[in-house]
Amino acid sequence: MTIRNKAYIAGAFEHPTRLAPDKSTPQLHAECAAGALADAGLSLKDVDGYFCAGDAPGFGGMSMIDYMGLKVRHTDSTETGGSSYILHVSHAAQAIAAGHCSVALITLAGRPRSEPFGRFPGGAPEAPFEGWVGSTTHNSYGMCAARHMHEYGTTSEQLAWIKVAASTHAQYNEHAMLRDVVTVDDVLNSPMISDPLHRLDCCVVSDGGGALLVVAPEVAKSLKRPLVAVRGAGEAVKGPRGGMNLDLTTSAAAVSGPAAFAEAGCTPADMKYASIYDSFTITVLIQLEDLGFCKKGEGGRFVAEGNLISGTGKLPFNTDGGGLCNNHPTNRGGITKVIEAVRQLRGEAHPAVQVPNCDLAVATGIGGSLGVRHGAATLVLERQ
Amino acid sequence: MSDPRKIPAPQPNVENQRFFDAAAQGKLLIGQCDACGQPHYYPRATCPFCFGATTWVESGGKGEIYSLSTMRRGAGAPYTLAYVTLDEGPAVLTNIATDDHDSLAIGQRVSVRFTPTEGGPPVPMFAPEGE
Ligand SMILES: [Zn+2]
Repeated sequence: MTIRNKAYIAGAFEHPTRLAPDKSTPQLHAECAAGALADAGLSLKDVDGYFCAGDAPGFGGMSMIDYMGLKVRHTDSTETGGSSYILHVSHAAQAIAAGHCSVALITLAGRPRSEPFGRFPGGAPEAPFEGWVGSTTHNSYGMCAARHMHEYGTTSEQLAWIKVAASTHAQYNEHAMLRDVVTVDDVLNSPMISDPLHRLDCCVVSDGGGALLVVAPEVAKSLKRPLVAVRGAGEAVKGPRGGMNLDLTTSAAAVSGPAAFAEAGCTPADMKYASIYDSFTITVLIQLEDLGFCKKGEGGRFVAEGNLISGTGKLPFNTDGGGLCNNHPTNRGGITKVIEAVRQLRGEAHPAVQVPNCDLAVATGIGGSLGVRHGAATLVLERQ
Repeated sequence: MSDPRKIPAPQPNVENQRFFDAAAQGKLLIGQCDACGQPHYYPRATCPFCFGATTWVESGGKGEIYSLSTMRRGAGAPYTLAYVTLDEGPAVLTNIATDDHDSLAIGQRVSVRFTPTEGGPPVPMFAPEGE
């Protein structure tokens, strides 16, 4: 694929201010965005890709996307200093050529004259309103679980089945932090951390890490390893977006999952294996529904039928034990999700949990805070 | 029970300093779009629905709990993180100020209670009506 003739610059705006003591940095980003949209004759609703670099305040693009009220299916915050925005044009062209967005917004703004040392440089636009509330991952995800229980009658027993499945797999992983197979009662009897999540609803805290190499087809074919192709991908960012029509029971994976399946030309039913980000049991439940493995609200029943257990269930998941039992290096489990999916597709998972003829797998993850603003990414991988 | 949670001072910027100035006078401000008319929270200079200019208006400060989670472990526990859906529409990420966290429930009516912070302006928590 080439980006030649695949993308054009349709709008451009230079902010007229040279001194802005009365405006915040997020506000300047938004004004620049509005200016470029007006120049192009486009509106906020047309934007489906967002690019920013280190000058964007807050938590990567997540804070700015939520501040401006964007709804995007592609985001990139590659930081290469002052060259970032030139690079972003290229990245945007690639994303557009690949069909992952059609209107990419790139913003830059800052106010070093007004605040040379910045009162709170890099401060997220939401920070003054949310910095004091004591939000942790535990209680943020706890709110999602509480609301899911309220709307759909999901129970703690059902959530516990996710941990049971993970521990059933972890017993075979000699590197897993938690190798004991647990029962539903074990989960329910573990201490309450933040209602309704118990200690065993939470992932482990571990050191560690991982790496991946993504290569061109001709390189892959020159190597003596099984061929694992990226067949489809999707991404999205979701936040409270002004607090209107808040929905804590649906994640950004409701966008990233279907997009990945559409690009891959397959359906959830085609998946032989799933790596599902498991910071908490509720994280898995909501992603199962959002990716379409079951209907919204039916995740509890789906997992309580033992469907996640390799060998007996319909959808073997996290056969390394996942974040719930194996590891969660630097509190980010995204790369380990891809690694175990690759093992499954190569036939290199532990024999006790290896899925026979595993030729299609999905790896999906949630970053940030599910109850506030978060990103989702989904990959469909194929052994060829 | 451990000591009550210390509430860190919010650090306003030039865009939202007026929200905290109003909070110091017991007023909860929300954003209201001049173009599409929709309210939003947290308030900001541009509408997150249409990018229109906004006016910040005073909320009645009443609403109901959309969801909640009571932290049981660590410094300051127990305390309850919650979203409160204001009667005007927007949901506010906040805390529920109460001595009886176990009695709280989704759908419960609450009203704003400004709470002091560590050397900064007060912040809008909510308390069960009647407490
Ligand atoms: Zn509007």
